Parts: sequence; C-alpha cells; structure tokens
Amino acid sequence: MIQIRDISTIELDINGEKRKVTVRAADTLLHTLREQLGLTGAKAGCENGDCGACTVLVDGWPIKSCLMLAVEAVGHSVTTIEGLKNAPTQKAFFENWGFQCGYCTSGFIMNCHALATIHPGADDDTIADWLQSNICRCTSYEEIANAVKQVLKKDI
Amino acid sequence: MIPFDFEYYRPDSISQAVDLFMSLTRQAKKPMYYGGGTEIISMARANNIYTGGVIDIKGIPECNKFGYEGTDLVIGAATTLTKISDSNLFPMLGITVARIADHTIQGKITLGGNITGTIMYREASLPLLIADCRLSIAGPGGTREALLSQVFDRRIRLEEGEFITHFIIDSHITSLPFFHRKATKIDKIDYPLITVVALKKDNRILVGFSGLCDFPFRSLEMEDSLNQPGISKKDRIQNAMAYIPAPIVEDIHGSAMYRRFVLENILSDALEL
Repeated sequence: MIQIRDISTIELDINGEKRKVTVRAADTLLHTLREQLGLTGAKAGCENGDCGACTVLVDGWPIKSCLMLAVEAVGHSVTTIEGLKNAPTQKAFFENWGFQCGYCTSGFIMNCHALATIHPGADDDTIADWLQSNICRCTSYEEIANAVKQVLKKDI
Repeated sequence: MIPFDFEYYRPDSISQAVDLFMSLTRQAKKPMYYGGGTEIISMARANNIYTGGVIDIKGIPECNKFGYEGTDLVIGAATTLTKISDSNLFPMLGITVARIADHTIQGKITLGGNITGTIMYREASLPLLIADCRLSIAGPGGTREALLSQVFDRRIRLEEGEFITHFIIDSHITSLPFFHRKATKIDKIDYPLITVVALKKDNRILVGFSGLCDFPFRSLEMEDSLNQPGISKKDRIQNAMAYIPAPIVEDIHGSAMYRRFVLENILSDALEL
C-alpha cells in the first residue's frame, strides 16, 4: 500500500529520470513539477481543469496536472514539455505559427503529441474532440489545428 | 494549491480500504474515498470541502474490473470515462460519458467518481439508471449487491464507510437501441442545459434526465406517460411533464421555461426510437 501521512519524499519517473521530491499529500503534480523540480513548462492557468495549460502525459495519456496529486503519479511515467526535445509536434507548431502569447502552448503541444501517438490516423472529429480540452485566449485554433494535421500527415 | 493537509492512502484490497476508513473516522479525520479525484481536488482548492485523509481506490482489483463476466458486463468504479468510451462495450454509456467535461479530463474522471460526486449533473448515472444496473458495494458489514435505483435518491446514499467497487449490467441491455442528446447553452464543452438518455426495451421507452432538476433522475411516472398507448406523441409528452419530480432549474444556462421547451423537443426526438 502506498501512503503519505506527513510531508514525505517520494520518487517520480519524470521524463525518463527517477526524481526524488518532498511533498505533502495535498500537493498537485503541477505544483510539484514547477516548485520542486523547476519544470515550468506546464503552466498554471485556471488550476480548475478547464484551460489545459498544465497538460502533461502520464503513461502517454494527456492529464491536467492541476487535477492530479503528485503522489498519484508514483508508479507511473510522467512526460512534460521539457521531455519532448524537438518532437515533430513542437516543430509543426513553430512552422504553422500555432501560438501567439505562448502561455497555452506547452499544454496544447502535449495534448497534440499524445493524439498523434495514440491516434495517428485521427479524423477531423477526433482532432476537434481532443483539442477542445485546451483553451487559447489568443484564439490560435486554426493554426494549432493545421499543426496537428501536419504531424498526422507525417509532413514534418 | 490545496490550503490544508490530508493523508493519502492507496490500499491494495477492499478490506484495507474499509479498515482505513473506519480508523480515520475514529480519528475524526473525515476520510473520503478517492477515485479520479478531480472533484475532490478542485473543491478542496477552493476550500469548499475538507478531509483529513483520502483513500484512493485505484489500487483495488475489484475497482478495476472491466469486461464480461458470464452474461454481465462488469465495470469497476475506478474505470476512467475514456476507457469506457474507447472500448465501446456499452455504447449508450460510452457516448454519454464522452460528453462529460472534456476529453483530457475524461482520462481522469472515474465512473464511480462521477456517479457519487456532488455536482448536480452526474450524467453517467442516466444510462445506468435506465439499464437497471446493479452495484457491488463494500463496507464495514462486508460486501453487498443492490440495484442502483435502490440506493439512488437524487444522489447515491450509502452507509457510513461504504463505497462502490463495481457496476454490473446485463449484457443484453448493451445492444438495445438508445438515444442520447446533450443540449448546452453555447459551447460543446459545458455543463448540460439538459441531457436526455433513452433506451428502448420490450417496446417501452425508458428515460433518464440531467440538468432538468438539480439532480439526475429516472421517473417511472414520466415513463408511463411517455409510453401510454392510444394518444398522440404531443399529448404523451405534455402528460409526462406533469410528473417532473422537482422544480425545473433556472440558472445562467437557461430559464425554467426554456429548459421545458428544449425538453419537449428532445423528447419528441427520443420517442422516435
């Protein structure tokens, strides 16, 4: 049984590395990534699961890290934007101008990267369904959708 | 950031979970069973709930069941909405849960969490109510089985220390014709103005509602009216309206009058099943 009763040190698998962090059970994964590990790519937006700016991958699936406790990630593989390292999705966002202010970008990229990995043949409905999990206040949706389609076409 | 501390436990068995709940209760820690955790985290962050200890049920094998056992489809309480919708094992449930929150969150919300949450919509309960779903419930007195309708009165009502381990659905139900419609105010991703889920079984239409009153429900009186033979569809719908079990919600998503109008139109489509 996994348990945390006080402030404790746990081991997380982050971007392929085993990292020890000292957390409260009530600490979210987002807070731990940013404040304990200095991985600030995941952004704190609404912190309520609405905006998607904090999206990371857990075992390859997109998760809003503001709605996951750090201790829940024990035993799972976490990938942040810092772990992608020039993935095709990152390049496609750059080439398609899939960002303006950039605050939502890492969350969008993580979601799109997961989509391209899990559903490499995704149709327009599937793309729309996945992308509706993230909000871009600058309204770069058209360019973001173009970036995803470029990745899915393996044209990058 | 959650402004208070709590203890976290991820037990490996039902008995560990129940023992922890009783122990934390004796320590006045107001324990909560924890599934996906999305509601607990967001409510705790806003200081709307307090707990001194959460018991994460995701490590319990019975809560992770997913598949057929004999003639039953069994779905563990810790199964995510994404897994349910992607599997297509129970299309009526899959389509319903695919419209709860957004795609990413569906990978965290669990079936048990949605059904037992405090947010008034709890749309996953609709297909389960009209499918006469059974629950396996664990608690200090052991495990028991009950019809969802027996423990669901506006919300799930369990005894102290009890939690749902899994849901049991007659596999025959999963292939029957069904109807799902979620109407929102503007955006696709939003709480429902009204969600209606209907199932055609033995030439009767069975219906569940969310967003109409401040709790999800199935009304046998409304179903009797909707299935009354010998009268027009319009009259059946009007007769059913008399049995809405509580005041129609009036809020920023829509007035009661508008909800009533939308409901009549949705029911008109549902009765074409």
